[in-house]
Amino acid sequence: MNIHEYQAREIFRSHGLPVPDSVLAETAEQARDAAARFGGTVVIKAQVHAGGRGKAGGVKLASDPAEAGEAAEAILGMEIKGLVVEKVLVAPAVEIATEAYVGIVMDRASQRPVMMVSPEGGVDIEEVAATKPEAIFKEAIDPRYGLMPHEATGLAYRLFSDPALAKQAVRALAGLWNAYDGADATLAEINPLVSTPEGEVLAIDAKMNIDDSSLFRQPEIEAMRDEGAEAPSEQRAREAGLSYIKLEGDVGCCVNGAGLAMATMDLVKYYGGSPANFLDIGGSSSPEKVVAALEIITQDPSVRSILFNIFGGITRCDDVANGIVEATGRLDLDVPITIRLTGTNEKEGVRILEGAGFEADTDMDRAVQRAVEVAS
Amino acid sequence: MAIFIGGQTRLVVQGITGRDGSFHTRQMIEYGTRVVAGVTPGKGGLTFDGSVPVYNTVAEAVVERGANTSVIYVPARFAGDAILEAADAGVGLIVCITEGIPVAEMMRVMPFVQERGARLIGPNCPGLIVPGVCKVGILPGQIVLPGRIGIVSRSGTLTYEIIFQLTSAGIGQSTSIGIGGDPIIGTDFVDCLRAFEADGDTDAVVIIGEIGGTDEQTAARLVKEEMSKPVVGFIAGQTAPPGRRMGHAGAIISGSEGTAAEKVRAFQENGIAVAERPVEIVDALRASL
Repeated sequence: MNIHEYQAREIFRSHGLPVPDSVLAETAEQARDAAARFGGTVVIKAQVHAGGRGKAGGVKLASDPAEAGEAAEAILGMEIKGLVVEKVLVAPAVEIATEAYVGIVMDRASQRPVMMVSPEGGVDIEEVAATKPEAIFKEAIDPRYGLMPHEATGLAYRLFSDPALAKQAVRALAGLWNAYDGADATLAEINPLVSTPEGEVLAIDAKMNIDDSSLFRQPEIEAMRDEGAEAPSEQRAREAGLSYIKLEGDVGCCVNGAGLAMATMDLVKYYGGSPANFLDIGGSSSPEKVVAALEIITQDPSVRSILFNIFGGITRCDDVANGIVEATGRLDLDVPITIRLTGTNEKEGVRILEGAGFEADTDMDRAVQRAVEVAS
Repeated sequence: MAIFIGGQTRLVVQGITGRDGSFHTRQMIEYGTRVVAGVTPGKGGLTFDGSVPVYNTVAEAVVERGANTSVIYVPARFAGDAILEAADAGVGLIVCITEGIPVAEMMRVMPFVQERGARLIGPNCPGLIVPGVCKVGILPGQIVLPGRIGIVSRSGTLTYEIIFQLTSAGIGQSTSIGIGGDPIIGTDFVDCLRAFEADGDTDAVVIIGEIGGTDEQTAARLVKEEMSKPVVGFIAGQTAPPGRRMGHAGAIISGSEGTAAEKVRAFQENGIAVAERPVEIVDALRASL
């Protein structure tokens, strides 16, 4: 799950990270008031679940409250990578002497969280990694012990040679680890961690991604979920226990299992079609899940053909068949449905479908070809 | 022979009295797997289906019944500890079916499992099956055929699909194994490829990958450096957009390395024939043998 910068800032603050004050504003007026309260120059930042906010024009400086109001006016309602900005963060602008990058990411290869720091902060860190890998320093953390003080010290001196700054950085790195670990994050990032001309180290940005599988034990973070930042169809799918991602095509796909769902989408493309979505109804699926899946798919106006690809294992073909019959009875569909059904309780499933006037194929390639044909 | 399981397997089912655990225990027994014990805390002393003794702990199942392999069906919030318990009891092979274990917890579980010298398969995997001999997990027994092809996959139902395509074409399997779709897993492609290379019952291997991570690239290098047996590959997720998680926690493209195109290239450069569609795996295997 993604959380917003202002939420990550709160988590960082609670772990003692040096994060300057900020205020969340949903209107230009609120932004103007916040700027008046802070005095001096402020920065206005779009709060959306997308990277590259600065490049997209979602981050602006304002030297007085009136300008802050105008900046907020311009950013609110703006679209960044397809997401509408509904909130902005207002924070006092900080004078910057140096900019560093610090982050922790879950690393699959070492099976550990890896802390990465670079004195070349404030820019796209993936670009630094590609063009100047020697400027990135890494430490794999043993999660059973956490970030050890000497590890934090070693990394901090990669960022600052001045001991007064390095000592502050050690505390910031320790705080970042505690925030990452405490929130069950898969990513926690400060870009940039700055030093000011007065010799202060400050975290002026905050980014966190949270492990979805941990949300059951992170109720405070689950409560941070911004449902407005999620497409309504994806929200509906999540509530129904489905995994759904909307894409640009016109063949709606309903599959059991993520790997088979991806392979089905690939096959749609192979036969000249274009998948309208990724949708995994998961294992042990009930008829209700199938009904929810069909509702979500048919709410996408670009869908011109619906393809079911079910390989019964834990999922039972008769459950899926009942769901299709129930949903089509209830939904008044005018989009053609192609069904591929095989595996557990296949015969019962086919019988149920044929009884309701559907045809069911057992061959995946044939079914996909047909679904592509009827879409065009 | 086969890999990891076989006639020597003495299985304990953790979570045997639960909905999934009881259903799949019956399926495994019916298939011929020697299920010697079950574990559900608080249900010790019961007998499952009149034949399998149930214990409160894995340690008792090991001492009383000589269990050497465990399969885990317990809910996600208890599954991490179930793995630790099995490793602590001296079980050598632990297969975890459960989906949704926190990543942070798995990072703490893995070093413990390794220190105890145990092998973990999964979590979030369908398990493994040796056709006609033994199955541990949830792979459907009716679609497999005894033979000499090894299958290793990160997926569940896509693995069934490919087994089904092979079986329909009359090509049997030595062992099929699903290693799981999570970012942190106990047994990876490399472990399985090495085991298949050493297995006298396997002539060729099918490797089924998907977007996310770089495990396929690592596997491809191993194939070139260490394997004499032919390997055929398939990668799911050509049409997946970057930055979106495709169901599996591991299936998310971040950076260029995790893309399907990058993995296909790594396969091809290292001598793995890549099938564009699942059905083409059959032809690629025939051509390689």
